Amino acid sequence: MRPELIDDVSQSALDPAGVGATQIVDLFHWMVGGGVVIWLIVVGLSVYSIVVPGGHRPRLTKTLVIGGGAVVPTVVLSSLLCYALAMLPELHRPPPSDSPTVKVNGVRWWWRVQYQTDDGRTIETANEIRLPVDEAVEFKLTSEDVIHSFWIPSLGGKVDMIPGRETRLKLYPTRVGKFRGVCAEYCGTAHAQMRFDVTVMPRPEFNRWLSNQSSDAREPSQQSAIRGGELFRRKGCGACHTIRGTDARGRVGPDLTHLASRSSLGAATKPNNTENLRHWITHTHHVKPGVTMPAFQALDEREVDAIVAYLEQLH
Amino acid sequence: MSKSISRDNRVSPLWAIVSAPAVWAVHFLASYLTAAIFCAKLADSDGSAGEVQLAVMSYTVIALLLIAAIGASGFRRHHHGRHSTSHDDSGRDAQRRMIGFATFLLACLSAVATLFTALVLVFVGTCH
Ligand code: HEC
Ligand SMILES: [Cu+2]
Repeated sequence: MRPELIDDVSQSALDPAGVGATQIVDLFHWMVGGGVVIWLIVVGLSVYSIVVPGGHRPRLTKTLVIGGGAVVPTVVLSSLLCYALAMLPELHRPPPSDSPTVKVNGVRWWWRVQYQTDDGRTIETANEIRLPVDEAVEFKLTSEDVIHSFWIPSLGGKVDMIPGRETRLKLYPTRVGKFRGVCAEYCGTAHAQMRFDVTVMPRPEFNRWLSNQSSDAREPSQQSAIRGGELFRRKGCGACHTIRGTDARGRVGPDLTHLASRSSLGAATKPNNTENLRHWITHTHHVKPGVTMPAFQALDEREVDAIVAYLEQLH
Repeated sequence: MSKSISRDNRVSPLWAIVSAPAVWAVHFLASYLTAAIFCAKLADSDGSAGEVQLAVMSYTVIALLLIAAIGASGFRRHHHGRHSTSHDDSGRDAQRRMIGFATFLLACLSAVATLFTALVLVFVGTCH
């Protein structure tokens, strides 16, 4: 069975949608171009030395060896260094103080995401980051266990997340769209499934999304969803998951307050739909080997239906 | 005559080889220590570090002058005596020439390394 992965969004550093990524692509093109020129010269010279018989003038040889072997590389590397260093001050400059700040913690193998609202409240979500377009955003990054690395290839460079330390990253998205974020530092079994969804959207839409995220979970109204909420409590899901507005306050796993508004499950391992959600709950380790969440295989069909109905109305 | 013989028998200063890299190392430490201490203790809230840039530039000028002097003396020793003497004989003369040559090459390397160190601090220029 071919795993149903979500690969419809850009995860390419060569498809830039942010200021940082554009600079990286420029740098990459210069280096590829330069590399090709140097390669052509070196290979050309070797072919020349094989094809053209006879010795060469010692003085010329010496000049070529010292010039081509020491002087040219020094000059090329120095100019590359200057070119790259000239980008640093802008990348390091803190964003304007009124720009949004997003705190992201790496946890094996998912992402705890926290937004700060204007009235000073902290809103938690997981595995999904939304950003307003054409605004600088500051990320404050850390890890709750091992070293992870936070990377949205289409938007900019990557920065390590280190336990006990806060690292920073400034991004400036320039294009509306969906992008893929990944963990770029091997961190254990499910490292390859530690990804996240990034949506860059116009400011008004972003505000609407953020205000929806900041509300508590909606009360279930349908019969099965009410039963699902009951089961969620009874089966102990709340020991690991938070659903704001209920007594589920666990912090081991992702916040599920607005799970239904997210597009994927298991840190962007599967699309968020009914079938995958059922499968996640009953065959967790089949979907994502190694995670702390136990598979709830003992639940019967109707119990799973009810829990899924409850989770699916958490918009 | 006797003077030149006595100089020929002088033991070649082996430490001359490491003197240029040592200047680079001291320059490196001085630059980063200055930046670290300045940013931790003295920087304004906007994090500008113009003073560090100035300090690093002056360290760099001093370091490059020292390295140039070391390199020049190595080069002179390398060119001392007959040109045909090889570098890998066992004689005093060849030894001196070899050490001179190594000193000279390492001085070139140290000069580039010192410049690279300075470039980073001069370009970045802030405490962020
Ligand atoms: C022992 C702690 C624990 C328990 C108990 C637990 N979970 Fe989880 N759950 C986790 C962890 C950890 C993850 C994140 C796994 C990952 O993606 O790496 C997770 C992920 C999830 C996700 C996907 C969230 C997302 O954004 O990708 C859902 C949905 C979920 N759990 C539902 C449940 C339900 C329903 C129950 C109860 C039947 C439950 N969990 C019980 C720890 C737990
Ligand atoms: Cu990771």
